[in-house]
Amino acid sequence: MSSHSNRDAPHTQPPPDVVRIGSGQGFWGDDLEAPVRQVEGGPLDYLMMDYLAEVTMSIMQKQRSRRPEAGFARDFPPLMERIFPTCLEKGVRVVTNAGGVNPLGCGEAVVEAARSAGMAGRARIGVVTGDDLMERLDDLLAQGHELRHMETGEPLAPVRDRVESANAYIGAVPIVEALRQGAHVVLTGRSTDTALTYGPLMHEFGWSRGDHDRLAQGVVAGHINECGAQASGGNALVDWWTMPSMESVGFPIVEARADGSFVVTKHPDTGGRVSRPVVTEQLLYEMGDPSEYITPDVVADFTGISLEEVGPDRVRVSGARGRAATDFLKVSIAYADGYKAVGTLVYAWPDAAAKARSAARILRARLDRLGLTFEEIRIELVGWDSTHGHLAGPPPADIPEVQLRVAVRAREAAPVERFTREIAPLVLTGPPSVTGFAGGRPRVQEIMAYWPALIRKEAVEPNLDVRILEV
Amino acid sequence: MSMTTSDSPHPASAPGEGTARIQLVDLAHARSGDKGDTANVGVIAYDPADYPLLRELLTVERVKAHFGPLVKGRVERFELPNLGALNFLLHGALGGGGTVSLMTDAQGKVFSTALLRMEVEIPVHVAKRARGRGRMPAGESW
Repeated sequence: MSSHSNRDAPHTQPPPDVVRIGSGQGFWGDDLEAPVRQVEGGPLDYLMMDYLAEVTMSIMQKQRSRRPEAGFARDFPPLMERIFPTCLEKGVRVVTNAGGVNPLGCGEAVVEAARSAGMAGRARIGVVTGDDLMERLDDLLAQGHELRHMETGEPLAPVRDRVESANAYIGAVPIVEALRQGAHVVLTGRSTDTALTYGPLMHEFGWSRGDHDRLAQGVVAGHINECGAQASGGNALVDWWTMPSMESVGFPIVEARADGSFVVTKHPDTGGRVSRPVVTEQLLYEMGDPSEYITPDVVADFTGISLEEVGPDRVRVSGARGRAATDFLKVSIAYADGYKAVGTLVYAWPDAAAKARSAARILRARLDRLGLTFEEIRIELVGWDSTHGHLAGPPPADIPEVQLRVAVRAREAAPVERFTREIAPLVLTGPPSVTGFAGGRPRVQEIMAYWPALIRKEAVEPNLDVRILEV
Repeated sequence: MSMTTSDSPHPASAPGEGTARIQLVDLAHARSGDKGDTANVGVIAYDPADYPLLRELLTVERVKAHFGPLVKGRVERFELPNLGALNFLLHGALGGGGTVSLMTDAQGKVFSTALLRMEVEIPVHVAKRARGRGRMPAGESW
């Protein structure tokens, strides 16, 4: 798609004073009631929902290889069946990357869901495609796009045969175009998480890629929204024991103005807290170089951000600066990289940690005697060292219990499979006071490794397309 | 918190004031996350006035030494004075990262509190103010 800024089709009405964009999901598997609370709990203009993490695309690709109509966040269509009537009535538009590796399939499922909700003829679904590079991968490599690993610098070609999915992180331009065409729901594949928030702002306020500082503020708003309740009290370390009513936590809402400034808040009568320290924690989540937050549409500098508490559960955010985007898009590639399994057993007092360590020694010796080769064997004692390692110090002599957790990884499936049969025998052939094997034999998991790469924008952006599906 | 006075002068101390040892958890809160095999830890001063102290205490070398074998690669530090915060990148900390990692904490979610275990030597008046700030008060219900 060429650059369809909504400047090409000016608004017939002046831009609104304030645009409210609420977060409804921070990942695939987040609180299913949160989007309902967002659309019903107070004023809202947009509901953004982020479903995709680094590993999600490969999971969806696998599902699609088994069932061609799958490959998207399957929670999303039933959710829309539930909230679509309210969204339409209140004028809330939904922007989400729930489309995964099959945005059109997701779009069709949403059309069905909307019809079930009695909305035939009343709504439009905008579907963004073109981020999926899987079918084009050999052509791209042949054209000289090496897709080198961003950290190791290795070219992709040697692992090409093991690639399961490849998607470019795309920006907000096609989202803006879908909104311009009147979509009530905009569905994308691998859009950046932040574009789901700043896309609607570009549309409403007529911002273009050249409005660097405003777009940078939009990116900050997107970063705050993209992890759901992590910006409104969830997983917040600061005074966590004082966090109120988390059973009905209010997900964050960004109230943005045309100059790019915005207030983070949440609906009244919801749990959680929007405060300066809570928002600061979320700003730092998954942060790299804060002066160089790269998106497809702008490079944002977070170092000048100011936060100000301007009321109860209201934090004003300003001061982000932007500069022109790079000529590249990041590509998320997943490739098969061996097998792993995790086995656990629980050991009780007395001498719980010593028993667990003894069991681990016996297990390792048995794996050696079987001649099995692993790339890595990892032993953790949950309840003592599994999170902080040696920083936890020696285990207390009277530790009441520990869980022995043994994880292995290998190139081939066979040694991992044999490992899974060596856990249960320890119950009768190892140290005493052992329990907790009710879950059965561990599962062998195929590893989908992540290969981040860069690609020139002109190899992807002309292929981006927006299709409108009528309900 | 163990209060020990020390003779070693401290730049942020008042003249003649001793220093005390506390755990970083009382001076700052933190959040961590992942990017591939790199964990990030954002450290935020509870009191913005303590940001210069954090900046002085949490050098790249000190953080690298604190994590020891938990961080295989280099440590980078970025400053966010407006937020009273420092951001650390811990390279090679996640056992390969993502789905490759065999770690319970494959996504680096609790590297934040691992850093807050660090013991730091700070002026007595700051230590007195900070004491217990980062821990749930005894008797509090949750």
